[in-house]
Parts: sequence; C-alpha cells; structure tokens
Amino acid sequence: MDTAFTALYRAEFSRLVAGLTSMLGSLHAAEEVAQEAFEAALQQWPASRWPPSPRAWLIRTARHKALDRVRRRTNFEGKRAELEAMATTLDDPAGLSDEESERLFPDERLKLLFTCCHPALAMEARVALSLRTLCGLTTEEIARAFLVPLPTMAQRLVRAKQKIHTARIPYRVPDEALLPDRVEAVLAVIYLVFNEGYAASSGEERVRAELCDQALRLGRTLCELMPRRRDAQGLLALMLLHDARRAARTGPSGEAILLEHQDRSRWDRARMDEGLRLLESALSGGPPGAYELQAAIAAVHARAAAAAETDWAQIAALYALLARVQPTPVVELNRAVALAMAGALEHGLSIIEALDRSGALERYAALPAAKADLLWRAGRYRPAAAEYRRALSLAASGPERRFLERRLEEALRKADPPC
Amino acid sequence: MEYVLLIYRNEAELAARSDAERQALFAEYMALTRSLEQEGKLRGGQFLHGPALTTTVRVRQGSVLATDGPFAETKEQLTGFYVVAAADLDEAMALAARIPSARDGSIEVRPVRASHVPGAEPATY
Repeated sequence: MDTAFTALYRAEFSRLVAGLTSMLGSLHAAEEVAQEAFEAALQQWPASRWPPSPRAWLIRTARHKALDRVRRRTNFEGKRAELEAMATTLDDPAGLSDEESERLFPDERLKLLFTCCHPALAMEARVALSLRTLCGLTTEEIARAFLVPLPTMAQRLVRAKQKIHTARIPYRVPDEALLPDRVEAVLAVIYLVFNEGYAASSGEERVRAELCDQALRLGRTLCELMPRRRDAQGLLALMLLHDARRAARTGPSGEAILLEHQDRSRWDRARMDEGLRLLESALSGGPPGAYELQAAIAAVHARAAAAAETDWAQIAALYALLARVQPTPVVELNRAVALAMAGALEHGLSIIEALDRSGALERYAALPAAKADLLWRAGRYRPAAAEYRRALSLAASGPERRFLERRLEEALRKADPPC
Repeated sequence: MEYVLLIYRNEAELAARSDAERQALFAEYMALTRSLEQEGKLRGGQFLHGPALTTTVRVRQGSVLATDGPFAETKEQLTGFYVVAAADLDEAMALAARIPSARDGSIEVRPVRASHVPGAEPATY
C-alpha cells in the first residue's frame, strides 16, 4: 500500500466498520467485509486515478459484499430485505457523492467507540480494539506498538470480539444514565493510548509517535461526535499541549530532556494554540474535571516563554484543585514539586518525604527522581545522588535511564569536587 | 438472552451481623425477587448453603474423590444465584447492580450458553 492509500484506509476504515456492524450485526464480519472492500479498491483502482468519491465507492462495494454474505448465510435472514433495498439504491454506476453516501450510510463511529471501550472488556482489549477498528491500525502495527508478539495481539482481538458478540455487549450510544461513566471509560482508553506513546514506558524509543497520533485522532473523533462534552475537549487539549513539546523532549542521543531544559523554539506553536483554544472552551460553563485541570497545568507551561518564567504558584494551585477531583499520590507528588519550584523548597520536600514513607509510590521511579531534583536544588548533592540511584533501580525505559545516569554522575561530581 | 448472576459474598461477615440486620437483608432480597418476577426478567434462582455444608467431588482414575469445602478457598463464596433474561450485557449489568450483595460482595455476570435449537442462537446486534 502506498502512503495515500494507507491514509485513505486509516480515514475510512472506521466508518465502514461502524456502519457495517449495524448492518451485519457482527463486528467481526463487519471488519472482514470492510477489509475486502479495501482489497477490491487496491486491485481495481488504477494507480493515481481514484474514483471521484473514494468513500462512496468503498461504501457501495462494502454493501455489495455484505449482501453477498447475507445471501450465503441464513442467520442474517432478518436483515436481508433491508440490505437488498439498500444495495439497489447504491447501485448507481455514476457513483454517489460523499454527502449522499453519508445520508445512506450514517456515521456510526460513536457506537463503535462505546462498544470497543465497554467496561466489561479488559483495558488492554479496549485499547487494541479501538486502535484496530477506529484508527484502522493493522494487528501487526498494534502488536509492534505495544511490543507484544503478533499471535498474542491477534488472540486478544479475537477474544474481545467474541465477548462482545456472545455476552452481547450492546452496539449503541449509552443512555443518559450510563453516559457519564461510559464517556469516562472512552476517555481513559484514549488517554492510555496517548500516554503509552508519550511516556513510552518500555523500549528504546522515548516517544512512540504513532500512538500519540492515534490518540489525538481518537480524541478529535470524540470531540467531533460529542461536541458538547467538556471533558472530551479537556482531554484533547491536554494531549495537544503535551504533544506540542514532542520534538523538544528528546536529545540527539535519545536521552530525555526535562521541560526545564527544553528548547522552547522547538515546541509546535500551532498545536499549542489549538490546545489553548480548546481548553478555553472546555473551561467555560462549569467546574473543571480532571482532564481540564491537567490541561490547564500544561497551559501554564505552554505560556511561559522561558522555564524561569513559569508561574509555579499557579501550577501548585491547580494541582491542589486536581487533588480534590483526583486524590492520588501522583497528583500529590506533582503538587509538592510545584510548591518547591514556587519557592517553598523545604515544604515541597517534606511532602515528598511523607509520600515516600507512606509507601504509596513504592515502585514509581518518578518519586526518587523528583526528590533527587529538589535535593540537588537545595545543594544537597550526596543525598540527591542516592535518590538518583534509587530511581535508576526502578526506571524501565532506555532514555529515562540515560538521563538518570547522567544526573547521577553530575551529582557525584558536585558532591566530591576533584581538587 | 439469559444471564446467570452469581452472588459472591463473605459468609463470615454475614454471620457476624445482628439478626435484625440479616432479616433486613433477606427482606431486601425478597423484594428484589418479586420485582424481577413482575418485570418478567426472572428465570430462576436459589440461595445456597455455605462452605461448611459444601462438598467438592472429583473423579480420578475411576474413583470418586470427595473433599470437604468449596473448590477454591476464597474470602468470598458463592451464596446464591439468579437466572435472568436481559436484552444485552448493559441490562444484565444493571440487574446485577440491584442485588443487595453487590454493595459489599461481588456479582459475576455470566451469559448462558445457547443450546443448539434452530432459531435459539444468540441474536446478534
């Protein structure tokens, strides 16, 4: 597949699968039919001469293939008359415009999103299914992105689809009563995909750009389909503001560069502005949720022209608000760092000490790393080195380790300056 | 579509409650059962005796082996079940959430396997 065709596949696959799932009553069959339609396109379209509306062509072809299946299989009997009628209306050889095909084949990606992110599915299955059906990633691509062997990923997808089918996870947008919880579940899946890409918790690459891009796409899709959800806007704003820093986060030898030391001219301003605009809209009209607050924190960084100009007091205040909606030890750790950066160094350190003693973040490399950084700032290089050593024993990814090793060496040099 | 709602809870914790509390819980279960019946959702269900009265049976090399107690020693035990009719998993989950023990125990929602009668296959969405 060439680049243009891959882009088309990524853009149109989800709509096809979503609509076909309604028609065929099976996500698995829908995926197969959508796949067949793209294969037909690949064979039948002359290179560089695509039909006027590729989408309409794909829909028409997929409908025919769906109908073929219905004719072959009796258990789709109930759907047959409906499909036959639709096949006739779509048979116009002149082809339909995008608008006409949309009228006949409505966008049902929202249903697909809620089904793929249903809480009855394991989180890793939700993630894999969403990337497969909504982002049009192949099973191989997903397996590679999550560093999982292909058969494992393939089986994960098959099992999830079996559960959807057999336990009957519904294919619909949840009703009002269920909606808040279910939107929350969808947001959690999108944010997990983003974080897996952005933080790259394992492996050698610091940022797995592909996953960030796909999370942004899912976030955009959700905002487009549910324009009034402020939490969806907040999440998209948060991801955009973080992602805008992508290029500046890694040094030439692949080591992590802290926010403080990033070359801010390498930040993607257009992306940042988009995030800031979205955040503004997400913050209007009600108390902010966790995503909006995290985006607001990212926005304070985005607005600072230089690290030294960062309004840490405001960040600490935002973390205090976040701690109310999301009282987790990680939020508390970040609040402590913000307080320390705002001038209350010892106060920040004492909060971290307390967190450390509580054992709540026992296996979390960021705690000793943050502690080390604050000790360093306080000029206490020897204890800082000890904390860097501890962080190193917990850090998994290559770039993070290289950063910590470098800091450890420096801390040791500062503690024992050669005379 | 039928689902079995398996009710797991801590028996020791229940035994430690006062008579009045146990009666209140029982009344709540009776009310739920009646209302499921009236809604046409109930297909069956039973309360079960506790682990002390449970025997686990296995056949190995042709001999019947019996052991005292449930198959797995866990803090929460199977104490009863409902068989309900529900349109889909969302409805079954909503019914499960109405079971009193969902508040302090857990309810396992299991789809019942359809028998192979033509037309009785699980309908698709």
